[in-house]
Amino acid sequence: MTSQADLQMEITVSRMLRVGVTTAALVVLAGATLYLLRDHGTAPDYRHFHGIPIPADKFAPVLQGVRRLDSRSIIHLGILILVATPIMRVAFCLYSFARQKDKIYALVSGIVLAVLLYSFFRP
Amino acid sequence: MHTIRLAAAFMRPRILKSGSLRSLMGPIEFTLAVLFTSAFAGLLGALTGLGGGVVIVPALVLLFHIDLRYAIGASLISVIATSSGAAVSYVREGLSNVRIGMFLEVATTLGALVGAYLTTRVTTHAIGIIFGVTLLYSAWSSFRAKQDELEATPNALAEKLNLKGDYPTVHGPQSYTAHRVPAGFGIMFIAGVLSGLLGIGSGAVKVLAMDRAMKLPFKVSTTTSNFMIGVTAAASAGLYLGQGYIAPGLAAPVMLGVLAGSILGASLLVKIRVPILRAVFAVVIVALGIEMIYSGATGRL
Repeated sequence: MTSQADLQMEITVSRMLRVGVTTAALVVLAGATLYLLRDHGTAPDYRHFHGIPIPADKFAPVLQGVRRLDSRSIIHLGILILVATPIMRVAFCLYSFARQKDKIYALVSGIVLAVLLYSFFRP
Repeated sequence: MHTIRLAAAFMRPRILKSGSLRSLMGPIEFTLAVLFTSAFAGLLGALTGLGGGVVIVPALVLLFHIDLRYAIGASLISVIATSSGAAVSYVREGLSNVRIGMFLEVATTLGALVGAYLTTRVTTHAIGIIFGVTLLYSAWSSFRAKQDELEATPNALAEKLNLKGDYPTVHGPQSYTAHRVPAGFGIMFIAGVLSGLLGIGSGAVKVLAMDRAMKLPFKVSTTTSNFMIGVTAAASAGLYLGQGYIAPGLAAPVMLGVLAGSILGASLLVKIRVPILRAVFAVVIVALGIEMIYSGATGRL
């Protein structure tokens, strides 16, 4: 019984993952194509690290960039969709365990979700 | 003496040439070269079962002389994509165990946070050496005998946490129970640290925790591990983004290439048996591991 519910949950979750990954890959592909066609003159030097931090929780600059059709922002949007996909998976498992009234696993999923959200929205 | 000097004069331009592959290429050539290398890494990772990350990081660092931090940032993104993309078929077969996976993800995500934090504190030389050792372990583990030593005895902690299930075999459903739960949890934490520190899925260490320590069936271990890799990597991704490790122009071809390569590899695995190919690839991975340790130790990273 529980096993059947688990299987159903996993099938739904794996479909969600596939949709998320496909969407992310298409957005990244669009951004990369634009990058190659238009912005290739300004390729940075990856041999030396000079990382420009783009905090994951700062959606506003990424979305503004997407509106301007900035290729790097579009790639960033795809990456954010990709990273959000497993987080959505854990959130859905939390919901499913809560519906099955499985308190232990609702709590376990909650802990995992909290760790993921901490990493994403870290102060 | 003259001959040596003459030889040196001839050698120098060649060394420079191979040493700065990047500077000879325009951005389009560079992106395409990274794309094809990533596709090959994804193919290799899928055929050996080790994942694309363990191949793409050394390839980017050793071939393209890309800074290790950009390499692990791009690799981590490709790891999330391949893990999430590959899960569907395993789930249909009823092999992966959602509860065991979720329980152990507590350990791997906490470990990944620690690992991702350590990348900002540890030198790239040290990361290179740890990477090399992990590569050697991964290659060795892919040759291990894959026979199950299931224990039928009940386990109190596993019973309390519902860490059990059954999976389909040729003789019908076979039930299993987890053992040595604290040991498995501890090894999973280490797997998480390695994932966060090196930008890889660390599937080999995850399988070690489930298959060896917890005595779970090998197939359940590998499929559940694959499912966990995306969640583990997502825990590091937030920190990586915040540190600027993820360069869009590099991460895009790496992610798309590894994803395409691993999809091709997975479909090849269904059609053909590849023991010889596996052995060849294991040699490649050992060579990459030794080269990473050497580069790390000599401070060339």
